[in-house]
Amino acid sequence: MRDRARMRDVAVVAVAQSHHVRRDQARNEVELLMPVLHEVKAAVGLDQSGIDFTCSGSTDYLAGSAFSFVATLDGVGAYPPISESHVEMDGAWALYEAWAKIQTGVADSALVYSYGKASPGSLRDVLSRQLDPYYVAPLWPDSVALAALQARACIDAGVTSVAEMAAIAARSRRAAADNPFAQIRGSDDPEVLLKDAEIAAPLRLHDCPPITDGAVAVILAAGDRARELADRPAWIRGIDHRIEAHALGVRDLAKSPSTRLAAEAAGVADGPVDLAELHAPFTHQEVLVRDALGLSDGVTINPSGGPLAANPIMAAGLIRIGEAAGRIQRGDANRAVAHATSGPCLQQNLVCVLEGGA
Amino acid sequence: MTDVVLPEALRDVEPVRSIRTPARLEYSFTAGEATSRFLRGIADKRILGERCPQCGKVMLPPRGSCPTDGVATSEQVELADRGIVTTFCVVNVKFSGSAMKLPYVCASVLPDGGDMGLFGLVQEIPFDQIRMGMRVEAVWVDDDELAPNLSSIKWWRPTGEPDAPYESYREHV
Repeated sequence: MRDRARMRDVAVVAVAQSHHVRRDQARNEVELLMPVLHEVKAAVGLDQSGIDFTCSGSTDYLAGSAFSFVATLDGVGAYPPISESHVEMDGAWALYEAWAKIQTGVADSALVYSYGKASPGSLRDVLSRQLDPYYVAPLWPDSVALAALQARACIDAGVTSVAEMAAIAARSRRAAADNPFAQIRGSDDPEVLLKDAEIAAPLRLHDCPPITDGAVAVILAAGDRARELADRPAWIRGIDHRIEAHALGVRDLAKSPSTRLAAEAAGVADGPVDLAELHAPFTHQEVLVRDALGLSDGVTINPSGGPLAANPIMAAGLIRIGEAAGRIQRGDANRAVAHATSGPCLQQNLVCVLEGGA
Repeated sequence: MTDVVLPEALRDVEPVRSIRTPARLEYSFTAGEATSRFLRGIADKRILGERCPQCGKVMLPPRGSCPTDGVATSEQVELADRGIVTTFCVVNVKFSGSAMKLPYVCASVLPDGGDMGLFGLVQEIPFDQIRMGMRVEAVWVDDDELAPNLSSIKWWRPTGEPDAPYESYREHV
């Protein structure tokens, strides 16, 4: 991203998402996703033949079956054969791949989607399978326990406090009252939340994201194609992602250096930030990410409610980009930062800077 | 395997050459709306496909969409429990847990009126007489054993009708 003059202008021109729920027992993955794909294409008046590249993000470990993403391609309309790719990552990284594809000049438009149907399995255990298979995964540390280790490290380092964490939970879920797609919409006061028992010290239930079934889709377009498709495209002015070591023991869990590096490369500090959509599934992680991004106190964080209000695994990061883009498209913001994370304890982080304007 | 060189302090220790870390996860499969309709039909000895409103093809088993057009299937279509062997393989390898006598034949059967084959066994005929285009019919389990899964069709057997010409099923191979 150093040489921006040579980059193609690429924008988010449409976003759609499902109404997120704890358990969608009636529908399979393609039935969950397909209405979202139809909605996002209809928003810009395109059918699949008008889309140059399609990229999705999901994980077989949620469905418990190999190549499960091939089944959801059935909702795309992939015939005549389309140019298509998939990442076993959050959809934010599928968007990164689509953005890179458009940069090469072989595509002017892209459909990006992701979905996570966590309800068939035990999510806390499923996520333990992403850990180092020799020394950590055999111990089956679940995702909440690992987040608790990080929260403890943050509290001990003076990064945050249980009171600030409860305030983040309450603010997020109250903000979600205005988000018709959110799963948890509303909260008790922080003082009330703090009376609950810890579920994995120092985390209480309100510090943890809900378990969610949901899907999201985004359409990207370059330059004049974007201006044709949308009145106010949300231009991607910078995007970058960085990763930290797989071994938890070699990381300082009370910092997020990969977020900081991605933020520098994406140019977060190059202008004022109106709002930020942060993929910080646990309350303490919002503080880490906010600090690593260098956001000032005045920046509105997660007006959608964020992942504490709905957290479909593999989709919640792309939803952050979609929410930030949607606010720019509606004229509620002119410059926004979206963040996505992957892996345990914020191992990998993606930062995207979006702007309105011509 | 290359030899493991240990530091001097561990000279008398046996090197670790492998570890076993068993992992098991349990899932509750969500069949979905369309597949649930299909499976309930199977428990009633009925084969219910679903038609694409755009291309008109009948999906089997339906998963809720037409993979060609990416739209929801809209109309349930009851198919015959007889059809054509479009392709098959002779199984000569014993799988653990299988009580099947070797060799046996696994086939894709295109029920009349459908556009996708169902996988199943072909029995009641020597394995080396089974062929593409052969007409077969479903042999269902006893009524008290019917359940919403494809085990309700024990196998397919020849009807004795003349073979279907290749042109009639070439799209479905």
